[in-house]
Amino acid sequence: MSRGRMPMGKGRGPMAGGRGPKKVENPGKLLARIISYVFRKYKIQTIFIVVSIFISIFANLQGTMFTKSLIDDYITPLVKSDNPDFTDLKNAIIRVAIFYAIGIIVTFIRERLSVIVTQGTLRDLREDLFTKMQNLPVKYFDTNAHGDIMSIYTNDIDTLRQMISQSIPQIINSVVTFISVFFCMIVLSVPLTVITLLMLVVSLFATKHIAGNSGRYFLEQQNSIGRLNGYIEEMMEGQKVVKVFCHEEESIKDFNEINDALCISANKAHTYANILMPINAQLSHINYAICAMIGGVLALNNITGLTIGGLVSFLSFNRSFSQPISQVSQQLNSIVMALAGAERVFMLLDEEIEIDDGYVELVRCTEDKDGNIVETKEYTGMWAWKHFHQAEGTTDYIRLKGEIVLDDVDFGYVDDKMVLHNIDVYANQGQKIAFVGTTGAGKTTITNLINRFYDIQDGKIRFDGINVNKIKKADLRRSLGVVLQDTNLFTNTVRENIRYGKLDATDEEVVAAAKLANAHNFIKRLPKGYDTVLTGNGSNLSQGQRQLLSIARAAIANPPALILDEATSSIDTRTEKMVQDGMDKLMKGRTTFVIAHRLSTVRNSDCIMVLENGRIIERGTHDELIDQKGKYYQLYTGKTA
Amino acid sequence: MIKTLLSQVKQYKLVSVLTPICMILEVILESFIPLVIGWLITNGIEAKDQSKIIYYGVIMIILAVLSLIVGALGGIFGSKASTGFAKNLRKAMFENIQTFSFSNIDKFSTASLITRLTTDVTNLQMAYQMMLRMFTRAPFSLIVAMTMAFFVNKKIATIYLIAVLVLGTILVLIMSRAVKYFNAVFKKYDDLNESVQENIIGMRVVKSFVREDYEKERFKKASGNIYMMFKKAENIITYNGPVMMLTVYSCMILISWLGANYIVGGELAIGDLTTLLGYCMNILMSLMMLSMIFVMVTMSYASAKRITEVLNEKSDLTNGKCPIFEVIDGSIEFKDVSFSYKEDSDESVLKNINLSINAGETIGIIGGTGSAKTSLVNLISRLYDVSDGELFVGGVNVKEYDLETLRKKVAVVLQKNVLFSGTVLENLRWGNKEATKEECIEACKLACADGFIEKMKDGYDTFIEQGGSNVSGGQKQRLCIARALLTQPKVLILDDSTSAVDTATDARIREAFLKKIPDTTKIIIAQRISSIQHADRIIVMEDGEINGIGTHDYLVEHNDIYKDVYESQIGNTDLDVEGGAE
Repeated sequence: MSRGRMPMGKGRGPMAGGRGPKKVENPGKLLARIISYVFRKYKIQTIFIVVSIFISIFANLQGTMFTKSLIDDYITPLVKSDNPDFTDLKNAIIRVAIFYAIGIIVTFIRERLSVIVTQGTLRDLREDLFTKMQNLPVKYFDTNAHGDIMSIYTNDIDTLRQMISQSIPQIINSVVTFISVFFCMIVLSVPLTVITLLMLVVSLFATKHIAGNSGRYFLEQQNSIGRLNGYIEEMMEGQKVVKVFCHEEESIKDFNEINDALCISANKAHTYANILMPINAQLSHINYAICAMIGGVLALNNITGLTIGGLVSFLSFNRSFSQPISQVSQQLNSIVMALAGAERVFMLLDEEIEIDDGYVELVRCTEDKDGNIVETKEYTGMWAWKHFHQAEGTTDYIRLKGEIVLDDVDFGYVDDKMVLHNIDVYANQGQKIAFVGTTGAGKTTITNLINRFYDIQDGKIRFDGINVNKIKKADLRRSLGVVLQDTNLFTNTVRENIRYGKLDATDEEVVAAAKLANAHNFIKRLPKGYDTVLTGNGSNLSQGQRQLLSIARAAIANPPALILDEATSSIDTRTEKMVQDGMDKLMKGRTTFVIAHRLSTVRNSDCIMVLENGRIIERGTHDELIDQKGKYYQLYTGKTA
Repeated sequence: MIKTLLSQVKQYKLVSVLTPICMILEVILESFIPLVIGWLITNGIEAKDQSKIIYYGVIMIILAVLSLIVGALGGIFGSKASTGFAKNLRKAMFENIQTFSFSNIDKFSTASLITRLTTDVTNLQMAYQMMLRMFTRAPFSLIVAMTMAFFVNKKIATIYLIAVLVLGTILVLIMSRAVKYFNAVFKKYDDLNESVQENIIGMRVVKSFVREDYEKERFKKASGNIYMMFKKAENIITYNGPVMMLTVYSCMILISWLGANYIVGGELAIGDLTTLLGYCMNILMSLMMLSMIFVMVTMSYASAKRITEVLNEKSDLTNGKCPIFEVIDGSIEFKDVSFSYKEDSDESVLKNINLSINAGETIGIIGGTGSAKTSLVNLISRLYDVSDGELFVGGVNVKEYDLETLRKKVAVVLQKNVLFSGTVLENLRWGNKEATKEECIEACKLACADGFIEKMKDGYDTFIEQGGSNVSGGQKQRLCIARALLTQPKVLILDDSTSAVDTATDARIREAFLKKIPDTTKIIIAQRISSIQHADRIIVMEDGEINGIGTHDYLVEHNDIYKDVYESQIGNTDLDVEGGAE
């Protein structure tokens, strides 16, 4: 991954990028971490939510228990009495109603709070992730597929939402319900409870068997979907080629094969999932019937003291007894998924950030009458490096000039495989240094080192005589403008995209920069001029126009030194000329390292470095190198000398 | 729309009908259970008749078993129907897409076609299954339970009816508001993720300009906004649970009070009370279910629309009545040809092109972006139809050819070309299924591709990854040329197909063409003068018109545009596109 251009990971398929279902290492610890993350900011709300779950369950239970006393304590005596008095019943119903009302209010408050807790936690997570991401070294983005990073923000956060807002409360609810219903059932009738438990075991056994099969086929289905999606993606992208070669029949044939395979595995997976529900529902009905029968016999013969009211209540509980079990088993699946997601989220949050132990700062300065550099708060257009020497306790000020020296630099993206060897480059203020060489010679790599996207293994890089390791990264990067091969624009107006180079730039400065970059003319012709909103990396602009914007963006920052990676892609000659022109104007008066693909750029350079296999094999001006009849001559003329 | 979609049910009609029937049977059977339990209590326990208790208990078990059977069958049929329906949808779409012309494809864009074939179909599959199973189940269970309740006690059943109406109205109100809000939030949410993606891709830019803090601030603002919007949307839904609870509890209390009174008054048996309480849950649960289905269906509506669009798209290119199956030679003639991408658009991309090319000639085409070079050559193999005028290949109007014959004989190497996952040989044989390995090697030699192929690990059996990601740009271009050569075309069109090939190799390819396929008409579009300067004739395109035509020397003298381009490129060879030393 040495090129810094990477396709977005093909993260669309569920199985893509090796992100298939994987066992989470330490689920308990992970769960605790999620809970403590939620708890950190939403302590009171969380406690209230848990307490309120108990309250609602209690409200519901007392209602069901009331059915028993309704029949046994009120209706039966009332039926028997000659002069029925409904006052007691009325009071009892009002009591029940009050409990119900409390239950409703508590539920409403809980739902409101749970929105705040869930959405708030997700917001915090997103912000933490994004903040963390901004602090990560470039290496992270080069070594992780963009699609994978992206799916942390989308899929993984989504599974966490599910877990925080639904799974965890649902499970607490189910467990509490299960226990309290169980308790009530025992109070009502021990033998019926035993029967219910037996039936539950049967139902659990069936669930386990069916769910196991279903899971297996769902996995198979996922694989088929992955295959089909891959095929569709490939064919749609190559659809025009399919047409050109009249390959329609073949591609339909292959498609049908994969499509049929998916249908088969999907059918199996769904069949098992579909029959689970009726089986569980009817088993619970059978259970209900058996309990009604036996309970009826017991009540009739007055064995174990079961009353009719007790039986009716029991039957109600019986229905709600099996529910928590199936609810938990449904939630378990999403919890497993959420834990895997959480693991990836926390992994990103635990990534090591880019370390910056530089202490040399860039400060505004002015010259006093003796020609000494003095630090100032005002904007003077003059900058200096503030170098504090700890040993002597003195501070040096060095004028910012943009002199860059690479001294015997070795570099590899991994320690045991060097990409660059013994690189020596001396660039004085305002000089233009061109790097040429075949693909893979290591040209682009050099651009990663000066601004310390990567740290070198050996040798030294000096900026204005100071080792770049001593300079604060932010200040170092501010003094180095970069125009990359692939232009990245942001969803925002054209104006804001240019202003990205200097946030406090006035509108006039933006226009001036655009003019310098030859971008002004085309911007003017856009539907809303400088206020035209760019989307999708400026997909509404041409390649050349995007390049012009990125030149303008670098120009407005006005750095003393520049790194340019010229684009190779062919743009039409007229735009090409404008880009070239804009580049030339940008380079004027700045120390420039340019990865050159254009002849005119190379010819105007003060020095050309010819790279091969990570080494500088030739150096000199254009004329000198042509005379040498070496690699440069060969590249330039296409002939071997 | 619904008609188009339903026509894809095809062989799954029977199961599609059986599924709801099973579901209805299940509901009916299930609904008897609360009724029977009431009888069990009234006629068995209260009447102290043990045999009745057993009798009704057994009936209940039989009901449950029967309903288990039909329920499971419903599940099996439903799965078969919905997965089969999805399969047919995908198949129909894919097959239709294969008939698309280039302009059909342009209309949809690749990414959107992929979404339609994958995500949208999955959405519809879920919705279809939901409809077959739940959509019949929920309302039916509501109706049956309601009827049963009326059967037991009219007065109490009236309470249910009122509750259902009230709750139903409120749920619909909540859900329709929620759907609207959620759609808006999800759009914003996509925007947020888009900006994260931009940051990931553009991290080098962010870091070079030291804009980390600026981005963090921007993100915090956007994320805070999303939070507020989500909170608002979800707050609407929070009414759902409490409203539901309020209705259920009110019903319970009313039934308890009225029930007690009726029982005491002798209008109602205790068993009936149990029955009614059982139906209460049934009715309200199915109402909840209905509101969920309502949301599901609204959400899948967009998918259904997108799928229908693909299914109803008709290719705008069709074979002639008695198509001609042979292309005699590679001569080409444009007669007053005009062309625009949109049918009723006034803006022609090509205007009044008159041009005649002899068989075997080498033609170079040069011109700026948007000068319609690609459009011009795409007409030749009828990738698009001319809007006006006539176009002849081998002396015959292209519209009279069998499309396949024409395209096999007019090979186009597209500008945005792709390789497919498979070995090098498999990719080459796209050009000609029956080509022997020797023929493939021969074609690769012509395209100067044999050198690097042989150096690859498995030579011609090396596996090419999807999109050709394991070969370089220049290698890909040469493989694409070789693939096109294997069709043994009468006309070969290279649309900027050697831009990533170094100058020396480019020259060798052209030389090979001249020697090995002299009778094939060669049309080369290029940005580099060096790629076309040796052509028999060069066409300079400007704004959809032929600005100049002639040999290199003639154009340098007489054509300003050509002269400009030439001068800017003198001696300009690409310095780094893959060294030619292979």
